[in-house]
Amino acid sequence: MYVAAKGGEAAIRNAHKLLADRRRGDRSVPALRLDQIVEQLALGVDRVMSEGSLYDRELAALAIVQARGDMIEAIFLVRAYRTTLPRFGYTRAIDTGTMLVERRVSATYKDLPGGQLLGPTFDYTHRLLDPELAAGGDVAEPEQRAGEAEAMPRVSAILAREGLIEPDGDMPGDHVPGDITREPLEFPMARDIRLQALSRGDEGFLLALGYSTQRGYARNHPFVGEVRIGEVELELDVPELPFAVPLGSIRVTECQMVNQFKGSAKAPPQFTRGYGLVFGQSERKAMAMALCDRALRATEFGEDVVAAAQDEEFVISHSDNVQATGFVEHLKLPHYVDFQAELDLVRRMRAAHDARENAGKAEEKREAAE
Amino acid sequence: MRGREAREQAERKAVMATLAQSAGDDIVRLWDEAGLPCEAELLRGPETGLVTVRGRIGGGGAPFNVGEATVTRATVRLASGHVGHCYALGRDKQKARLAAIADALWQDPAHRNGVETRLVAPLQAALAKARDQRRAETAATKVDFFTMVRGED
Repeated sequence: MYVAAKGGEAAIRNAHKLLADRRRGDRSVPALRLDQIVEQLALGVDRVMSEGSLYDRELAALAIVQARGDMIEAIFLVRAYRTTLPRFGYTRAIDTGTMLVERRVSATYKDLPGGQLLGPTFDYTHRLLDPELAAGGDVAEPEQRAGEAEAMPRVSAILAREGLIEPDGDMPGDHVPGDITREPLEFPMARDIRLQALSRGDEGFLLALGYSTQRGYARNHPFVGEVRIGEVELELDVPELPFAVPLGSIRVTECQMVNQFKGSAKAPPQFTRGYGLVFGQSERKAMAMALCDRALRATEFGEDVVAAAQDEEFVISHSDNVQATGFVEHLKLPHYVDFQAELDLVRRMRAAHDARENAGKAEEKREAAE
Repeated sequence: MRGREAREQAERKAVMATLAQSAGDDIVRLWDEAGLPCEAELLRGPETGLVTVRGRIGGGGAPFNVGEATVTRATVRLASGHVGHCYALGRDKQKARLAAIADALWQDPAHRNGVETRLVAPLQAALAKARDQRRAETAATKVDFFTMVRGED
């Protein structure tokens, strides 16, 4: 039975007005400006850009305000906005080797070309709440150290010289990079498509899966070969110009995870790898992505698929928090007719159950009387 | 001849890179100070769209799609007939229009010097200064390891 129900327009209108009011909060408190969010909640902005899969700081900041700080709602807003814009093309692949590095650490080599650069990190802080920050005091300028800019080759290149590590992941020569924004997901998928899905995947989900591999569910002995954060230049090939047009720079975080060896009768043992690359500054996400990338290569290395993190369809189908929140949250929307049908069904089942029970009791009584 | 053409293209690309990297406000301010002409016929845009950013597996392997970025582009034609283009990250339409005019003016021998000295050079200097500062700030966080000697001998 189809039942059309109307109503709720005024309630919805007023709810949205109330939302706007609560979003603004106490009017005696100054309203947030987008530049304040971009500058002072920069890592939140980066998360929205990464999982919203759209590099635009001001839009991410606007989404955060509009969503009242609800990150997944903000990511949802950014994803929705993205679909309204035409696409100009695919950039040339970025070269993280020429990055203007702001942080670069390796857990595998102490002395490596370019050195260990801590950058603006939470590492080694005491994680004590800072009352001075609450008071809003002045902040000193950072220290500077002059010197020649050193080249910073990727750590993977150092190991590669001795042949001790597998090469950067290659695809067959005629392979065109897949695009999950254009084609529906199909399993099994190539590694390039998986990486696209992981790069915009939910940080919490990937973090938990990465953690699960460390705890023994698909253990693969990871080391952080390198994490680097910094700006890379983008270039786009366009028909109207005879050279790739420079677009400006974006900040990315890259993680090279080095994992335990794999060899075969033909190839000597070498380290295997997982790779993470995300928009903005987010080494937790880049590391989690690299752990998941490596775990998802189980079949490629002939490993048994025994854990959730190795299950491609499970991981990739559930890594997108916009899809996940859409399906979970739709449960609260009206399901009156569906539920009416279920209610009807359970009543009939109850009636049948009761009838059987009564019949049984009557039988017992009759037997006892006899 | 081919060498000269290649050099000219490299120079033009460098000018476009500087404009794309610079803030719209800085371009507007220097434009006004330099008194560069800003009349041009808009052939396209300014319009905002997306580019899909590509990375490489493992840093140097096969390309894959990372995500999108906003880009604003414009194409203009000057009265002299020179056509200029701009593609720049972000959604600043005024910047895209001015950068496209700058590209067109740069191709015009009558204006190239003005564009280079009064617009591009100061922008480039500011960008270089910011880059140097960022490098020096990062360099101050470089770890200098030293070895602790333990024991008597």
